Amino acid sequence: MRDVFIVGVGQTKVGEHWGLGLRELGAEAILAALGDAGEHRTDALFVGNMLSGQLSGQENLATMLADATGLLPIEAVKIEAACGSGGAAVRAAMLAVAAGAAETAIALGVEKMTDVMPDVVTAALATASDHEYEAGFGLSFVGMAALIMQRFLHETGRSHDAFAPFIVNAHRNAMTNEHAMFHLSITPEQFSRSPLVASPMGLLDVAPVCDGAAAILVCSRDAIKPHHKPVRIAGSAIATDTISLGARKRMTWLQAAETSAAKAFQVAKLTPSDIDVAEPHDAFTIMTALTLEASGFAKPGTVLDMANAGAFAPDGDLPICTFGGLKARGHPVGASGTYQIVEACRQLRGDAGKNQIAGAKRAFAQSIGGHGAVAVSHILEA
Amino acid sequence: MQTPGYYRVEGPYLRLQGQLCCRCNAKQFPPNPTCRGCGSTQFDSCNLSGNGIVASFSEIGSPPAGHSYPFIAALVTLAEGMTIAAQLTDIEPEHVKIGMKVEMTTRRISETGPEGCLIYGYKFRPRHDCL
Amino acid sequence: MKPDRAVGVWGYGAYVPRFRIRSQQIAEVWRPKGAASPPVLQKSVPSYDEDAITMAIDAARTAVRRSKVELASIGGIWVGTESKPYAVKPTATLVAAALGLPGQILSADIEFACKAGSLAMQMAVAGVGSGMLESAVAIGVDAAQARPSDILEYTAACGAAAFVLGPAAGAMAVIDETLSYSTNTPDFFRREGAAYPQHGGRFTEEPGYFHHTLTASRMFLEKTGTTAADYRYAIFHQPIPKLVERAAKALGFSQGQIEPGFCAKAMGNAYAGSSGLALAAVFDIAKPGEKVFCCGYGSGAGSDVFGFTVTDQIEERRDKQTVASYLANAVNLPGYGHYLRLTGAIRM
Repeated sequence: MRDVFIVGVGQTKVGEHWGLGLRELGAEAILAALGDAGEHRTDALFVGNMLSGQLSGQENLATMLADATGLLPIEAVKIEAACGSGGAAVRAAMLAVAAGAAETAIALGVEKMTDVMPDVVTAALATASDHEYEAGFGLSFVGMAALIMQRFLHETGRSHDAFAPFIVNAHRNAMTNEHAMFHLSITPEQFSRSPLVASPMGLLDVAPVCDGAAAILVCSRDAIKPHHKPVRIAGSAIATDTISLGARKRMTWLQAAETSAAKAFQVAKLTPSDIDVAEPHDAFTIMTALTLEASGFAKPGTVLDMANAGAFAPDGDLPICTFGGLKARGHPVGASGTYQIVEACRQLRGDAGKNQIAGAKRAFAQSIGGHGAVAVSHILEA
Repeated sequence: MQTPGYYRVEGPYLRLQGQLCCRCNAKQFPPNPTCRGCGSTQFDSCNLSGNGIVASFSEIGSPPAGHSYPFIAALVTLAEGMTIAAQLTDIEPEHVKIGMKVEMTTRRISETGPEGCLIYGYKFRPRHDCL
Repeated sequence: MKPDRAVGVWGYGAYVPRFRIRSQQIAEVWRPKGAASPPVLQKSVPSYDEDAITMAIDAARTAVRRSKVELASIGGIWVGTESKPYAVKPTATLVAAALGLPGQILSADIEFACKAGSLAMQMAVAGVGSGMLESAVAIGVDAAQARPSDILEYTAACGAAAFVLGPAAGAMAVIDETLSYSTNTPDFFRREGAAYPQHGGRFTEEPGYFHHTLTASRMFLEKTGTTAADYRYAIFHQPIPKLVERAAKALGFSQGQIEPGFCAKAMGNAYAGSSGLALAAVFDIAKPGEKVFCCGYGSGAGSDVFGFTVTDQIEERRDKQTVASYLANAVNLPGYGHYLRLTGAIRM
């Protein structure tokens, strides 16, 4: 398969966009990515999205967006992998170009979550778990994450407070990201005191419900133009694990994250120590911790100590969530995976402004669906 | 969940009806088209004992629409070995401990509106001999 | 009524939810200080995930387990209740599915106010006694609808009792005789679609409870040639304790005979579950050879009477899961608002 490069990136601000629907959000990001690359057309459109049918009554989403952006009659399909949809769309676009089926392609992640009442969103998010044997019993997506964290605390004897650095870091980084939903710094004390959402998690353990869209334009080496700032997709892999949490071999180990990261590193011929910047799937503080360990960035049992020692801060060994992550930039669920790639790409182009991690050459991004049921790992190289 | 969807899961929901793999003899719950142990697609039926221990739990701050507090989500490891997700009932959240013994009870899980189908299924409560 | 072949109880089970509301907590909301004391101290309250179906399943599981009969031999199931979650759709089939009973089965829901449970037992006696069925399950259960501020709010409670019946040989208690007496007396009723029943106040006592309880009981004693003294235990339907004591006295039963079955004092009136729960409480302690007199009453109105003789199998068929243990497993609700929330009385 041939090499694939990211030559255009675009994103909307993440937030509660009362005046913008899927059509408007998606079009804004697509047109921004095309504009960033100085292009007007592409050969294919892959749209990562989880909830358009349930929350907006809109399926056939990719067709709708191709139509909205003047891209007809190109190939366009929706890609769904729960909260990993954005990452999965990136892989789909990459594969189309790598296989020679397209010279350029757009991967868009778009999600509109604020048109409905909160309990409708909660019920819709629960469709990422096993409907008959998890969601059907009223167990929410947030509740399932809490079960993992509770078990983790029980097994390790650590306290909830030890997860504070992840939130402090994400919120601090978002302060200088104009596209972030939150511009609000959080202290460890605020983290400890945050109101109960699902024990042991409080409000500040959980990424927000929001709207947003992010897009990238990928192309083959031959299609790179002189004005482009190409970033190569060095590795890409998806792996799956049991859909229900109870069926996992170990409920506190994210096997899909481990497998997909290992495969991506193998393809890229790199190791975790080669990575300068990482965008993990920090939808819940426990996921941040477990994905970093599973992906090989921390030896099992050490990630909390590393976090508390500042390892993941901008001046640490491995800066993460450099633009705020899912927690503070925001988590429009099916779009987050593409936001991660847009942000990683900006780091590697040297285009990250006040959020720049100096000398960043290689980035890792991981987008997860369900509670580690599907993991999409990408490695980018400048 | 509408009526036909509920009707399909009645055995598992009402009496923890599981599968017994014809090839490797493993018990499996919830039912799955393939045996997670050996991949076989041939099963006999078996009803599980309903006894288990709490493997993890979480008190949910905002119960879903139609549910009441306290709402306690849990993972229960059954005596037969598998771990399943379920609510705990008949217990206050502050009394739940990982490792405590529980037993299956049939309770009302949800309804599809005041004129809709009632969904009955399993929850877990403290085992009677440790009340 | 005596069937062609003798029938007995093979297993029994009870279920009472754990929540209680004290009458004082209800009275504080509705009554002035100095008003007459409510008739019971407290009553049982279903949890928000409980109803007549879930309680019936629980009691029936215990009964079937203790009976040790093969599931495949159970040919009938009757559930007596006036608080069916579905007005149309049988409770009995749902209970049968939860128990794993065979498909070839006679299943039905029964309604006759508070004597629906004892009627279910009579159906089971007829089914087994005629030889049509090998064994059968009879359940009496209710999560009674209680109108806020009404006198019945203090006693309208919840609970279930289930019995597995089979041939007398091998049973833990033989059913010597049963009798049913009913008239068209509208002392208490609930119209289709109405949330709460209507009752006739004092009309429910003489023309209702006492006429049917005493008439049926006297007919039974005469038919069987027995007197109150022949029975170690006597059970009556328990709307309030005072009525039970007066009925017992009128028939010659002593306080010592009625006390073991007097569940209402601790939990209120379980309606169609009431006399069944009292019977279960008696089975928890009865000794081989002892006789039990049981008279259920249902508004509308009628009474069903049974005479049991306990056998030496009784010890094999009971365990620590007694009615007393359910009554002791009590959690008092913090207040009347919590009670309203659990019973679905708050419009949302």
